[in-house]
Amino acid sequence: MYTQGFGVLFILFICSILFAVSTVIAAWVVSAKAPNELKQTTYESGMVPFGEAHIKFDVKFYLYSLLFILFDIEAIFLFPWAMAYDKLGLLGLVEMFIFIAILFIGLVYAWRRKALEWQ
Amino acid sequence: MHDLIYRLLMNLGLPVELIFFIWAGLMFVVISLVGQVAVVFMVLMERKVLAWITQRKGPNRVGPWGLLQTVADGVKLLFKEDIMIPGQDKFLFTAAPILFFAPTFVIYALLPFTDKLLGLNLPIGLLLIFALSSLSVVGIVLAGWGSNNKYSLIGGMRSAAQAISYEIPLVLSALGVALAAGTLNLKTIIESQNAGQYGIFSWYWLSILPLSFVIFWSSSIAEVNRSPFDLPEAESELVSGYNTEYTGMKFALFFLAEYASLFGMSVLMVILFFGGYYSPFGGLLLQKWFHINDPILLEFEMATWLIIKTYIFIALAMLIRGTLPRLKPDQLMGFSWKFLIPLSLVNILSIAILKLTWIGTGLKTIQAGPFTFVVPYIVAYGVLAIVLFLILVIFGNIFKRKVISRIQLQQRTV
Repeated sequence: MYTQGFGVLFILFICSILFAVSTVIAAWVVSAKAPNELKQTTYESGMVPFGEAHIKFDVKFYLYSLLFILFDIEAIFLFPWAMAYDKLGLLGLVEMFIFIAILFIGLVYAWRRKALEWQ
Repeated sequence: MHDLIYRLLMNLGLPVELIFFIWAGLMFVVISLVGQVAVVFMVLMERKVLAWITQRKGPNRVGPWGLLQTVADGVKLLFKEDIMIPGQDKFLFTAAPILFFAPTFVIYALLPFTDKLLGLNLPIGLLLIFALSSLSVVGIVLAGWGSNNKYSLIGGMRSAAQAISYEIPLVLSALGVALAAGTLNLKTIIESQNAGQYGIFSWYWLSILPLSFVIFWSSSIAEVNRSPFDLPEAESELVSGYNTEYTGMKFALFFLAEYASLFGMSVLMVILFFGGYYSPFGGLLLQKWFHINDPILLEFEMATWLIIKTYIFIALAMLIRGTLPRLKPDQLMGFSWKFLIPLSLVNILSIAILKLTWIGTGLKTIQAGPFTFVVPYIVAYGVLAIVLFLILVIFGNIFKRKVISRIQLQQRTV
């Protein structure tokens, strides 16, 4: 049945994007247009902007995103396990305990190597 | 209800593909109306609540009691000049608010507002909501990069780091609900909470998953970038972060999407932990006390309960914003990685043990009441505590020997 499928979700997503695009276009049509020199500068709390805006940022962000991917995949693995838990029983519990323990060791390792310290 | 509309469209004799599109379009209109109205009221409510906390009156000029203030602001934002600065990546700068906005409204299609007012009743609704809500991170990063502004870049990166850090405890605590209910379908989760017949006592926040609820609440507040976790928008240091350079309608899209996602998260929390559309006395009051079985009235009651519960949580989020100071970045990240994530991992194991005791005692569906959970809970946490204690003892001994040998090594070298 069409009303139950993921196709509707896709159409909704397209509709949502179209709605946002149309509001932006409508605003562009009706909005005031009076550009001047001062408006066209980057806002840096009233100071004259200096240097490149695309600065180098801390490598910490990459470490966090690596850890995030690890734990997000773990969460994805946990969902099917949670659904099938009624049938798996004690065996499922023990297996997941080992799985989570290994990940926990990874977290503790990252913690002790100071990957979780924000500077 | 949507079956009715669908059948009506079928009877008109239109081709199936066209019905499909009309159906989706209608759904989007309803969803966006619900979303816009909710957001308009929330913005006004937030301004009023924050004003009362600081002993001001808040907006009271436009319309009676300032009711039309948000509408006036919206019109103002529509007519504002759209400033684009040379040097900005024009495509990314424009695409970012659209990408940020789009998923937040699609989520509404998956949330059951009543048992029939529900866009899509998918078996994996919960997982899909998390997938959609994590898409908005892309918009934030693009906004930060496309703005050609140092503050925006730092704000965007911080916001992305925060969003991904708090998504893990969020998903893991919701996994506790999925584990307890044995399903990812939001409607079944609500029904299984109501199955206990103890009303408020059989909702998950009190009966089975108090720890999950606390983790979910704090990380959902962080996930929607609200105070005290609103570092990406820290006015005093980053000039509102990733949306510094945005004006007019593009800014309005960010603003709208933030409030829309707060509303969505609050509804999701009510569904997962507070019995969704059921009354706190178990079942529906009209049916239970007044013996009224009119389906439309019952729908109204369901929607009323859900909206009341949702707005209680929104009001709490506003009170938190008005009272608590902002965290530091290191505290923010540490709170997620060093506290919430280990806690939620332990929590999942405890729920798994808890459920095993249920299965062991022959309870197929969890019928949680005020007292049925006490003994299994003690058993679950007891077993978990013993296991953790054993691990600590074993690893502690190894660690102790390591430390002793290191000290001896140091003494020898000295």
